[in-house]
Amino acid sequence: MNAATTDTHHDDHHDHGPAPGLMRWVTTTNHKDIGTLYLWFSLIMFFIGGAMALVIRTELFQPGLQVVDPQFFNTMTTMHALVMIFGVIMPAFVGLANWMVPIMVGAPDMALPRMNNWSFWILPFGFAMMLSTLFMEGGGPAAGWTLYPPLSLQGGSGFPFLIFSIHILGISSIMGAINIVATIMNLRAPGMTFMKMPLFVWTWFITAYLLIAVMPVLAGAVTMLLTDKYFGTAFFTAGGGGDPVMFQHIFWFFGHPEVYILILPSFGVVSEIIPTFSRKRLFGYSSMVYATASIAFLSFIVWAHHMFTVGMPVSGALFFMFATMLIAVPTGVKVFNWVATMWRGAMTFETPMLYALGFVIMFTIGGFSGVMLALVPVDFQYHDTYFVVAHFHYVLVPGSIFAIIGAVYYWLPKWTGKMYDEKWGKIHFWTSTFFVNLLFFPMHFVGLAGMPRRIPDYAVQFADFNAIATIGAFGFGFSQLIFVYVVVKCIRGGEKATDQVWEGAEGLEWTLSSPPPYHSFTEQPVVK
Amino acid sequence: MSPPGHSRRRRANLPLLFLVPVLMFGFGYLMVPIYNAFCDLTGLNGKTGTLSVTEAAKLEADEDRLVKVEFTGSLNQYAPWEFAPREASMMVHPGRQYKTSYVATNRLDRSLVGQAVPSVSPGRAATHFNKTECFCFVQQEFGPGETRDMPVVFIVDPALPRNVDTVTLSYTFFNVTEQAVN
Repeated sequence: MNAATTDTHHDDHHDHGPAPGLMRWVTTTNHKDIGTLYLWFSLIMFFIGGAMALVIRTELFQPGLQVVDPQFFNTMTTMHALVMIFGVIMPAFVGLANWMVPIMVGAPDMALPRMNNWSFWILPFGFAMMLSTLFMEGGGPAAGWTLYPPLSLQGGSGFPFLIFSIHILGISSIMGAINIVATIMNLRAPGMTFMKMPLFVWTWFITAYLLIAVMPVLAGAVTMLLTDKYFGTAFFTAGGGGDPVMFQHIFWFFGHPEVYILILPSFGVVSEIIPTFSRKRLFGYSSMVYATASIAFLSFIVWAHHMFTVGMPVSGALFFMFATMLIAVPTGVKVFNWVATMWRGAMTFETPMLYALGFVIMFTIGGFSGVMLALVPVDFQYHDTYFVVAHFHYVLVPGSIFAIIGAVYYWLPKWTGKMYDEKWGKIHFWTSTFFVNLLFFPMHFVGLAGMPRRIPDYAVQFADFNAIATIGAFGFGFSQLIFVYVVVKCIRGGEKATDQVWEGAEGLEWTLSSPPPYHSFTEQPVVK
Repeated sequence: MSPPGHSRRRRANLPLLFLVPVLMFGFGYLMVPIYNAFCDLTGLNGKTGTLSVTEAAKLEADEDRLVKVEFTGSLNQYAPWEFAPREASMMVHPGRQYKTSYVATNRLDRSLVGQAVPSVSPGRAATHFNKTECFCFVQQEFGPGETRDMPVVFIVDPALPRNVDTVTLSYTFFNVTEQAVN
């Protein structure tokens, strides 16, 4: 996978360099190599998942059924979600953590380098297994990524492959998370106390705990699905005394912390970028840490807001509604802290800063629609409509994805030792931002008007907004080719980057050379 | 990897870190009995009360109060029966035992095994509705084309909240032939 391009990436290392050739990438235990592998992997998956999204948007360009049959449409919505969540956002953040956490805390490498190799290399196999279901009898999974029974149990012969691939992805991310916790707790440089850690490290520290706590719950839930289908258990089969609603409870007990796993590291990235380009220290560092921790805690007690319409008692609905709205408080603390960091700062607007600003504005739009969805009475109208689709795409695309892209632009000169093409970076930002809004903003309107999600056809009054969204989808998808161009161009050559790279950048990673030596911090730095 | 001067710092306990995922996997399974206990306790999901026959005989009938009990029956997908209550509703005194029945006909010319799953609404009445005899306790085998009456004996607890005057007992009939054969 892309060995040709990634190989050039590290050619200019002088001492203690890696062995040349393809086996280097297979056997590597180096945190930078593994971080690079994670990032390339998620980029490839980003285009696979994006192609699936374009199949969905092509079908929805016009009312009526014209391109794909409904079963395949449902397969696409399901696989798009699984690929984007488990194959793009999570591996990309783990890749960033692999690259940055050791050099941000002053460590020579990750604490468990061999496990690190394994946690990456089982991923491609897990996804090969998941994607292979598309070619099996009965097609890929088509019951939505939430896998609600009884529908998910009615799939074809690909079902057990899906379950086992979810197990593999879960094992991979649990091992990655354990490694990150061990690195942060054991390998910090002298003087690097917990409250001096960079926020990216802090948010990943908390995210890792969320992963360790909830990925096994998902593994348990899908194992129950598997035994229900093939071994005659009746966890969710009503005829045998089980309860399908119970699956929703178990799934969302995993699912809600999972959505914070997808967003907390972006909070960390943005908290690194904004101070650098505002040339000020981060406003309210400790409140940021506590806000992250309280978001993580609250994520465990709000799961049922995904299922208000199952018929729960009013007292239960009220509890989950208020607990959910409470999350807006620490999230608000974060947004105001970012704004306060910029206040009267000497701001410049390089590409990473543009992505961070885009994140703050557009993530907040998604946050607001989230508060709307938290309200029980109105949720009955919004449930399972395109309003929900608009909400979570606003927090995941201009939220998590923008943060990941911003992080890549921010640290790319550090990784490669060369500056990327600023002009094309900015073009990438503006086309992405324009098209992402063209894509997702109209979904709010059709959702409020009642267009259901996961249905390949719709009433004709939604035609105009859907056509606009489809144009936005293709624009956004093809804009990402600019990203590939900028990254490859930067790896191949460019203006030499300084060690500090950005004028206002602070932290241990900027004290290393650009690119950093193959083994970071062979001598421990001391933090004062 | 232990750097000098670091001995007193809190370190990650690796076995513990690996133990947590194993325990959380178990917790996923533990949620099943927790969920069922929670539903039993609160009557959520229409889980009915659990009075035994002897306990039910000790209840004193409340002759002043009449409660309407409605019966419905529905079929799950792939359940080739006709299935309906004999009576659509009854007026009952709490504390007294009543008997009614459902009738089911196998529409196929081969044997089938069915299982009925009960539910009582409203939820706050569910724990006060007790079935002392019910065809839903066991799987029901039907010969080809067989029609059969299936009795339910029930008693409404006099402790039923005052503001509940109608209780609905609903059965969904599932085809469990395949599972029963296995």
